[in-house]
Amino acid sequence: MPLKVDIAARFGDFQLTAAFESGGGLTALFGPSGSGKTSIMDLVGGVRRPAKGRITLGDTVLVDTARGIFLAPHRRRIGWVFQEGRLFPHLTGRQNLTYGQWFTPRHERHESFDRVVDLLGLAHLLDRRPAGFSGGERSRVGIGRALLASPRLLLMDEPLAALDDVRKSEILPYVERLRDEMGVEILYVTHSISEVVRLAGRVVLLSHGRVAASGPTADVLASLDLATALGEGEAGAVVDAHVEAHDPAFGLTRLAARAGTIHIGALELAIGTHVRLRIRARDVLVATERPNSVSALNVFAGRILKLAPTSAASVDLAIDCNGDILLASVTRRSAHDLALEPGRPVYAIVKSVSFDRLGVGTSPNGR
Amino acid sequence: MDFTLTAEEWTAVELSLRVATVASVASLVPGIAIAYLLARCRFPGLSILNGLVHLPLVMPPVVTGYLLLMGFGRRGLFGAFLAEHFGLVFSFRWTGAALASAIMAFPLMVRAIRLSVEAVDRRLEAAAGTLGAPPLAVFLTVTLPLIAPGILAGLILAFAKAMGEFGATITFVSNIPGETQTLPSAIYALLQVPGGEWPAFRLVLVSIVLSMAALVASEWMARRINVRMGD
Repeated sequence: MPLKVDIAARFGDFQLTAAFESGGGLTALFGPSGSGKTSIMDLVGGVRRPAKGRITLGDTVLVDTARGIFLAPHRRRIGWVFQEGRLFPHLTGRQNLTYGQWFTPRHERHESFDRVVDLLGLAHLLDRRPAGFSGGERSRVGIGRALLASPRLLLMDEPLAALDDVRKSEILPYVERLRDEMGVEILYVTHSISEVVRLAGRVVLLSHGRVAASGPTADVLASLDLATALGEGEAGAVVDAHVEAHDPAFGLTRLAARAGTIHIGALELAIGTHVRLRIRARDVLVATERPNSVSALNVFAGRILKLAPTSAASVDLAIDCNGDILLASVTRRSAHDLALEPGRPVYAIVKSVSFDRLGVGTSPNGR
Repeated sequence: MDFTLTAEEWTAVELSLRVATVASVASLVPGIAIAYLLARCRFPGLSILNGLVHLPLVMPPVVTGYLLLMGFGRRGLFGAFLAEHFGLVFSFRWTGAALASAIMAFPLMVRAIRLSVEAVDRRLEAAAGTLGAPPLAVFLTVTLPLIAPGILAGLILAFAKAMGEFGATITFVSNIPGETQTLPSAIYALLQVPGGEWPAFRLVLVSIVLSMAALVASEWMARRINVRMGD
């Protein structure tokens, strides 16, 4: 059920203009704080009203200022997953989970309690009260509660931001299963690029209350112009690969990508699993000859596609390695000394230890 | 020393309990409504409403009693109307004692409930809304359970205040044994006659025991609620 947003709003001094469409699966709203991500959530969820514009979800008009339509939040059937969980302290895990079902018409209840409990691993929390839950458990119950209201769209507002890395990696697989097995459309707010890479099929990049780019995740993240929107050195390429072999002796996993073989610290994934990983521009070295004795394990042959200066001192390169586009951030001095220019064959070198491990996840069904 | 209460004294105890129970329970719904209004709504006249509710707390009780006599007496504006249409008579009846103590206790109840309404995390109510709950359902399933400790505190406070109410009650409904003579009025009456000190002391003891019991009961219930919420 695609979400279409085309709105203009003003909150105090903050001006927001946004037009985008979700494309099934998980769409990430990504950008630094103050870029308007949460405001868009509020508009879609009905907590705030736009000055002008239209928001539709499938056939349902949520807001249309021209026709004077504004659907009350509790009639939108949009599930929210909040950063802090917001579980009801006076209800048990089970009562929290089933809360939304009381208000969902019977014929529209399409999620089964047992399936959600099983998917999110909630069985041991049903008869307890939220005060005793850990951060990760709160998040999961929050997700389950939203899901059991059988929403037509799930809004997830930085659901992992309050968790540490260990808890995050505990929750991420559940979000992946939600996306792949439940078939629920998800709008996901985050300022973590790893989460975008790992989860999103499409991404809407926001900057200062405007949509800077939107489209399939790999395309948006690979475009060089985004280096400035993301902040220097934060740009990076997204590479799809599959697990080829494990090397327990050295604690490594070998991935096969179009660019070549990628070595990465051991992943607990079955051989053949599709994964997606992000290689940051600042982690990529560039050589004009194949290096013989370097410690880095990953060397990819490619050809420079284009150069884009990012500051007085640095330049971002896009390198086509057999179809995978890698980004590399180098100094202008190096670019000059090595005579780096479009069309020149080069080698891109990545240290195995520099992969953004939180960003490595099963790929979103080729979306 | 004789600790047995006379029949008349028992009547005073029983009457006090009845008056305090009716006064606090009947104030409950309007108390919650006004506390919610004061905590959540912004409208012109808010401070006037707030002032009216709190007036009995700061006025001399005898003034409140006098105003009740004017308003709810036989020939009072509301008194005549209620007597004629509903057969509800307040003047010189125990119902009048209940009304007087309810008015005197009302600000205490509203205060306790209002504080707990203000302490409710409104994001929880918003979360209930996103799960499809209409506003009334949000109030009943989220707000009300969350303010239950405040309601309980308000109820006990109002009950205790109503048990001890004296000035407004005696002004409004006088001191008629068996009808409007509550514990405080009975103690007062006993102290007016020679040799009444000992019977008065017995009633004072009863009064202290009842107040303590109310406090202990409220502590116990508050703990049960907190255990339920896992605090």
